[in-house]
Amino acid sequence: MANSASTDPDIPTTIEPGVIAQFARRKLALFGLFLVLMTLCAAIFAPWLTAFDPNEQMFDGLTLQGAPMPPGGQFVLGTDLLGRDLLTRILYGARTSLIIGVAANGLALLIGTIIGVTAGYFRGWVGSALMRMTDLMMAFPALLLAICLAAIFQPSLWIVALVIAIVYWVQTARVLYAETASLAQREFIAAERTLGAGHLRILLKHILPHLVPTIIVWGTLGISTTVLLEATLSFLGVGVQPPTPSWGNIIFENQTYFQAAPWLVFFPGLAIVTLALAFNLVGDALREILDPTQRGRD
Amino acid sequence: MAGFVLQRLFQSLLILLGVSIITFVLLYWLPADPVRQIAGRSATPQTVENIRQQLGLDQPLWAQYWRYLTGLVQGDLGRSYLQKTEVSTLIASRLPASLLLMAGAIFAELLIGLSMGIIAALRRGTTTDQSLMIISFIGVSAPQFVVGLLLLYVFAVQLGWFPIGGYGTFSHLVLPSMTLGILGSGWYSRMMRSSMIEVLRQDYVRTARAKGLTRVRVTFRHALPNAILPIVAMIGIDIGIFMGGIVVVESVFGWPGIGQLAWQAIQRVDIPIIMGVTLVSATAIVIGNLLADLIGLLIDPRIRTR
Repeated sequence: MANSASTDPDIPTTIEPGVIAQFARRKLALFGLFLVLMTLCAAIFAPWLTAFDPNEQMFDGLTLQGAPMPPGGQFVLGTDLLGRDLLTRILYGARTSLIIGVAANGLALLIGTIIGVTAGYFRGWVGSALMRMTDLMMAFPALLLAICLAAIFQPSLWIVALVIAIVYWVQTARVLYAETASLAQREFIAAERTLGAGHLRILLKHILPHLVPTIIVWGTLGISTTVLLEATLSFLGVGVQPPTPSWGNIIFENQTYFQAAPWLVFFPGLAIVTLALAFNLVGDALREILDPTQRGRD
Repeated sequence: MAGFVLQRLFQSLLILLGVSIITFVLLYWLPADPVRQIAGRSATPQTVENIRQQLGLDQPLWAQYWRYLTGLVQGDLGRSYLQKTEVSTLIASRLPASLLLMAGAIFAELLIGLSMGIIAALRRGTTTDQSLMIISFIGVSAPQFVVGLLLLYVFAVQLGWFPIGGYGTFSHLVLPSMTLGILGSGWYSRMMRSSMIEVLRQDYVRTARAKGLTRVRVTFRHALPNAILPIVAMIGIDIGIFMGGIVVVESVFGWPGIGQLAWQAIQRVDIPIIMGVTLVSATAIVIGNLLADLIGLLIDPRIRTR
């Protein structure tokens, strides 16, 4: 994207040419992207990838003693305590994780950007009031707050996303606050103001474009954090509620049986780690490519 | 400097006051009625009303909060609804276990994280470096309940090296500490690596090498202390992460700390306990951040002049 106004100095905006080429040179980043795309395919094509229904409790899904079936044979990853196919539930669980990752993280990013940019641009009492609010949020044990909130509302997929966003916007707000505050002091912003540009115009056309790299980086890394938060809440039983499959609640439901049937913890656990790792790898590579202060370092 | 410390202390108190107000209002809105929980299903409306009056829950929100706050400044956290015990007594009996767990986690994350970071920095650019950094990425991508359950399965169920859960001896402490510290060790190894690379690049390191000191001596006596210092300041911030993590880790390992106390209280809507644990956690987080700032101030004279 070209610079939006003639007064803007030569500081990097959005996606410069070469970012994709730089990204493509990083094997780990490409591996991360591959894992993300795999998960996306699993979520979209789940009904075609498996012959079973995620909620169907099959008669032959349990052994004669009523125990879950181990991996192999008809049920590739085995079955759970209720005789449902584990692979099917994990494939459908990818939908839950991705929806949370996109919705919760997107909302947190939106709240964080609005608050951080407003506080950083206006400073004064508005800025300090908003930043004291983030100080307050930082003092809450995030997970404890999320558990309390999830217990207050009846948890559904969207409530869980909302709860995670309420807990998670703070980091983004603080980072963007610092960046906006330093941008707002630059000469080109003062020049715009002298030329008669209004606050909204300056914010949208001159501040926000320069924040896009940071927002992209935090947005990507944030998906990983929100996916982990959802898994943890669901593992505790206050997240996404069964029978809707979520990688966290699969482990929650089968936890008592894990000594005898470790695959019921291992496979969903592997799925969580893989997706979180994928977004961390992609996000970290983007951070190194897009963050000018990181350039020239190892 | 004294002025800065006083100002930060005052800010911290304000933050804690804010936390107490927000938590109180949130819990007041809880749709589950605690009085019904206490009275039981078969209670008559009259009994329910009596209990409500007894606990002062019929009064308006601000009056209830004021009563709580006046108790709080005298060290009174109220009484548990269901356990008929002072909340402060309950927390005091559970806190040592949680502090022990956190101490173990700090030890584990520093031991694992710092050694991984140092090795990666010294072997920079090699396969060792790359593999260590991938491992650290996995560390920050793994949720604690998955790590905990896997460690339990491998080292307690299969190998039998450690007990499956519980509390009391050193061997009970190992697996929970590692689980709680795994996230931090991922971060520390990455920070240690870049801090070490930064320091090894400095002139005084080159001077020390030029004087003819061995590589090992330069690494461990000259570079390492300077590389570790900025990282030590981060330990205070970890406390915030631990305060959330203990809820999960203590529930996986049956560790009798305040995380489990809070988790049980949330399930039974025992509001005074939830309130108490949240405030204790927030206090710990605020103290941790304060310590991080002060340590930063002590080790970096450049901040002191601000």
